[in-house]
Amino acid sequence: MATLKLTDIKKQFGTTQVLHGVDLNVAEGEMIVIVGASGCGKSTLLRIVAGLEFATSGQVDIGGQDVTGLDPAERDVAMVFQNYALYPHMSVFQNMAYGLKIRRMAPEDIRKRVAQAAALLGIEALLERRPRELSGGQRQRVAMGRAIVREPKLFLFDEPLSNLDAKLRVQMRAEIKRLQRRLGVTSLFVTHDQVEAMTLGDRLVVMHQGHAAQVATPMEIWSRPADTYVASFIGSPAMNFLPGTMEGGAVRLDLGLKLHLPATPALADGHKVTLGIRPEHLCPGAGGITMNLELLEPLGSETVAHGRLPDGTELTARLPGEVTTEGPLSLLLPSEHLHLFDAATGKRIGA
Amino acid sequence: MRRTPMAYLWLTLGVLVFAFPIYMTLIGSTHDASTIGRGDVPLLPGPLGGENYANAWNGTGGGRIQGQPAGLMLANSLIMALCIAAGKIAISLLSAFAVVYFRFPGRMLAFWLIFITLMLPVEVRIIPTFQVMVDLSLTNSRAGLIVPLMASATATLLFRQFFLTIPREYVEAAKVDGAGPLRFFRDVVLPLSVTNIAALFVILFIYGWNQYLWPLLIINERSLETIVVGLTKMIGTGDSQNEWNIIMATAVMAMLPPVAVVVLMQRWFIKGLTETEK
Repeated sequence: MATLKLTDIKKQFGTTQVLHGVDLNVAEGEMIVIVGASGCGKSTLLRIVAGLEFATSGQVDIGGQDVTGLDPAERDVAMVFQNYALYPHMSVFQNMAYGLKIRRMAPEDIRKRVAQAAALLGIEALLERRPRELSGGQRQRVAMGRAIVREPKLFLFDEPLSNLDAKLRVQMRAEIKRLQRRLGVTSLFVTHDQVEAMTLGDRLVVMHQGHAAQVATPMEIWSRPADTYVASFIGSPAMNFLPGTMEGGAVRLDLGLKLHLPATPALADGHKVTLGIRPEHLCPGAGGITMNLELLEPLGSETVAHGRLPDGTELTARLPGEVTTEGPLSLLLPSEHLHLFDAATGKRIGA
Repeated sequence: MRRTPMAYLWLTLGVLVFAFPIYMTLIGSTHDASTIGRGDVPLLPGPLGGENYANAWNGTGGGRIQGQPAGLMLANSLIMALCIAAGKIAISLLSAFAVVYFRFPGRMLAFWLIFITLMLPVEVRIIPTFQVMVDLSLTNSRAGLIVPLMASATATLLFRQFFLTIPREYVEAAKVDGAGPLRFFRDVVLPLSVTNIAALFVILFIYGWNQYLWPLLIINERSLETIVVGLTKMIGTGDSQNEWNIIMATAVMAMLPPVAVVVLMQRWFIKGLTETEK
């Protein structure tokens, strides 16, 4: 158990800059989820923490100790790989014991530790099997077991659930969360799945093109996204964006509608802005915007309506219950749910 | 597969064509020298099987061209073939490991140099190699016989290709587990290579066993003679009668070790095929 501190981590592969200076402070026992689209540098960041890759510049501290130049073995971290990387010629027991054996732990202590971890994960019956004789979920547990027995300062997860089928993924997700809580080990978890990120993380790091676009709790990221990328990446269906201009402290949408905001932003008239609203916050009612329905997706308790505004902008709304209307649909934009972004930079404006 | 009588007919014919010379050798080794010398080729076993093999084994053929005892020559060949196979495997495993898993200056240069030697078989470089062995005073010795045949570009390339198929995650998992390079080699790479090593061992053993030109050149000492060279030396130049029965008995014995290696290693092949590691 330890803290983790990343200071201005930059990474270059040849001439390609992959990470542009990432800072992160992780408290003891915290579960941080690094989430982002593929190619955003999230795996590279994890590998730099593991010591499998070295940063071009910047500093990595684990438990207050500078480990920037150290090899993985000297960092006392354990990693769960995407394809589990279980040694195929070793039994489950040998796989879990290997790291301890290299650290010259006494055989009886190894047996005790492996037995404990196996009991925790419910894989006692599998200890003599080979990895190829295990199902996906069992392999996943063994990979976790291999990390647990080491009792490391840091757990690193590199998309460990992406090879599982949907049902098992949900189950293992809950299991990882429970286990991490119980063991209280500081963890970094990389994923591209926003649901996984929201449910697992104490805090999320949303990565975008080598930057940490936002570091915050899941709810804060959802309710106060730092920029349009984060706003569209987190939440499903994605947030709607409507272009507009500042006019006397309110926003004049390009559609013509003028909207007042709960707090008046300090922006000059004529400043271009982007207004964001989540599909679930649109509610039917006259006096708002009118959407021409194109597609309805009934999900039982709610219906997702896809359509276009008169100027052609796509819009998605999540409406409670069943929607039977056809043609135009009038929607209100409640001002307390509006997000305001700068049109030029995409950054959030005000509260 | 459709089983037609025609297919069987052709296959049987093929087997006969290939197996007949071996059958002839086997039969010939059970007759006396004059029967074969007359040009009669008997198709049924003769009465002298035991005697011929004993004579061949002990080198007591009685003819004017006295052969070395086949037992000694077999032992020489066995030592040579085993050392060549084991040496080639050990060297190429390590060099392939270095080329695949380490980044060092001149890595690709080293790889290409190894690759280029593929184009230089023993026969091409035999004169300079002989000169080197003379300078090192290694002629007429086991070391001189074995060492020049031990480096192997083929095996290095095969192991390199195989190592490249081992997922990179194993290296990384081993690094996180704290295993150093040699530990990783011993605990992960070697066990995963077992079936490849077995397959290569068969090929390299037979390669070593069949060496002819190099042993002929480097060894004059008859007590170090290998079976392949000894066998050809038993066949005279025509001014005396050949002891064909003894020669054939020796030839049969010369065939047995390669056959034994193939049969023994076959179990490993099948294991490797059915238990594909994933």
